[in-house]
Amino acid sequence: MTASPSEAETGRDPRAPYDLAVVGAGSAGLAGAVTAAELGLSVALLDSSPQSGGQFYRHPAPALGAVRPEALHHAWSAFSGLRRRLAESTVDHLSGHHVWSTVREADGTWSVHAVTGADGTAEAPALIRARTLLLATGAYERQLPFPGWTLPGVVGAGGAQAMLKSGLVLPGRRVVVAGSGPLLLAVASSLAAAGARVPAVVEAAGYLRYARSPRVLAANPAKAAEALVHGAALLRHRVRVLPRSAVTEVHGTDRVEAVTISRLDADWRPVRGTGRRIVCDALAVGHGLVPQIELATALGCDTRPLPDGTLGLALDDLQETSVPGLWAAGETGGVGGAELARTEGELAGRAVAARLKGRRADAGRVGELRRRRDRMRVFADVMSAAHAPGPGWSAWLEDDTDVCRCEEVTAGRVREAVADLGARDARTVKLLTRAGMGWCQGRMCGSAVACLAADGRTAEPPAERRPFAVPVPLATLAALGGAETEAAGATAPRPCTP
Amino acid sequence: MARTPADLVGAQPDPPFEITFDGRRVTALPGQTVAAALWGAGILAWRTTREGGRPRGAFCGIGQCYDCLATVNGEPNRRACLVPARPGDAITTQEGHGHDRLTV
Repeated sequence: MTASPSEAETGRDPRAPYDLAVVGAGSAGLAGAVTAAELGLSVALLDSSPQSGGQFYRHPAPALGAVRPEALHHAWSAFSGLRRRLAESTVDHLSGHHVWSTVREADGTWSVHAVTGADGTAEAPALIRARTLLLATGAYERQLPFPGWTLPGVVGAGGAQAMLKSGLVLPGRRVVVAGSGPLLLAVASSLAAAGARVPAVVEAAGYLRYARSPRVLAANPAKAAEALVHGAALLRHRVRVLPRSAVTEVHGTDRVEAVTISRLDADWRPVRGTGRRIVCDALAVGHGLVPQIELATALGCDTRPLPDGTLGLALDDLQETSVPGLWAAGETGGVGGAELARTEGELAGRAVAARLKGRRADAGRVGELRRRRDRMRVFADVMSAAHAPGPGWSAWLEDDTDVCRCEEVTAGRVREAVADLGARDARTVKLLTRAGMGWCQGRMCGSAVACLAADGRTAEPPAERRPFAVPVPLATLAALGGAETEAAGATAPRPCTP
Repeated sequence: MARTPADLVGAQPDPPFEITFDGRRVTALPGQTVAAALWGAGILAWRTTREGGRPRGAFCGIGQCYDCLATVNGEPNRRACLVPARPGDAITTQEGHGHDRLTV
């Protein structure tokens, strides 16, 4: 699947830039890559994982011998179709490539820099050159802190799902699922199907927000059907769903022993006296997803604020960013799910091919894709608004609650920076407290710090600026000034260790 | 009804092998990451923090949060949720930044 066709087979000069480099082999990137290749472009598809599929279609390694990987997935056939087209295509799938920077060179081509290996620590870095670039880097999970959330046994909801889908493991036997967003229902039904007892799904928002947009719901029956599938699974496993509630404390000394669940008011402020304790040995928690856009923001791409307080890329009707020659698809433009990502990936692939070949894209197919995208984008906005964190959530923080997990910066220190030292934004809080300065570069605490810094005013979305998208060894940077840049042409794709 | 994740997907894995965690034997399946093998043995923490010395393990599960850093065969700061387990791997709890030998 990942073997690169040799030069002899494709007739491609290994020093020539690819027509298109795609970053991310999830639904959007796969669709974009195979579409462009089928239209005659040379394509490199870079992804950090050993296997294609992204987070949504994360699946066990072949050695685990999963006969029914689809048992952990919704709409698996859509992915297996893309995977088959990838295997039959001329796309060079470069797995184990963690892209840390993309740069526009003087001749207008793009340089895509990556570190390699399962966790990016293999010795050989890679430099891929391409005439156009498609960013399909997906999203990561938004977290809001609460007392006890750093205890072992508290894991991301998406994290629990990822570990289950790829490693066939569970974080515990009794797993409470909490936070906000449609992912929670999917995670709870997977965990329950895989043998965990799920005492409750705790959703901070009320599901009634969806009912305010009946036309949008009616136009997206597949989404309603997906929710029904998860809802039926939860009923079957006797999982209770508690809307307008949150886990406001985790109990335990070295690992999770129980959680306290409190009712929330409409602003997500815990209602006094409503807390009740539920025994569990793990908590899977997440508050929606954040578009992963730092490669694009580093290039100066315009962004747009999304209804849930995150930033997505501003894209034109054919998925191009404000930087010419740079396209984006999927969650990078706002979180909307795998089907939307596939649609946008194909649209971007067609747009890139039309641009490079100087021809108009197939108007019929493009029109159909645009209509589908627009319909699903409207639903994505409804979903985003329904699960936007209420301004009262920070009332559940204690002063000694860690907000920044990496640098162990507490809510008390962040509040002190705001109240006593005059910080008004996340960047100043970071300079005063180190919140957001650790290994994860503010991915885990960024939303929370932005809210606390706003101190009751509307928070600016975190800027998602990370000049290095992943940590890079100094030796890799030092080598850039020497041999690697002089060799200039695309480094020949090489097999990489999964 | 399926009772384990492996039952659910009808897993027929290649033969299991052993790794160690702080000297204790842990069974891993081929294709699992270090973090998955440790979760499979009920181990949720394999790092202590630099400031508070608090236990941490896998959190985001997808290589984004860096909470799961472990020392693998003597090399610190490896993301356990990404690194595949290999037969004979010696995983040890990483204390702080993992470079205490460099402390002046």
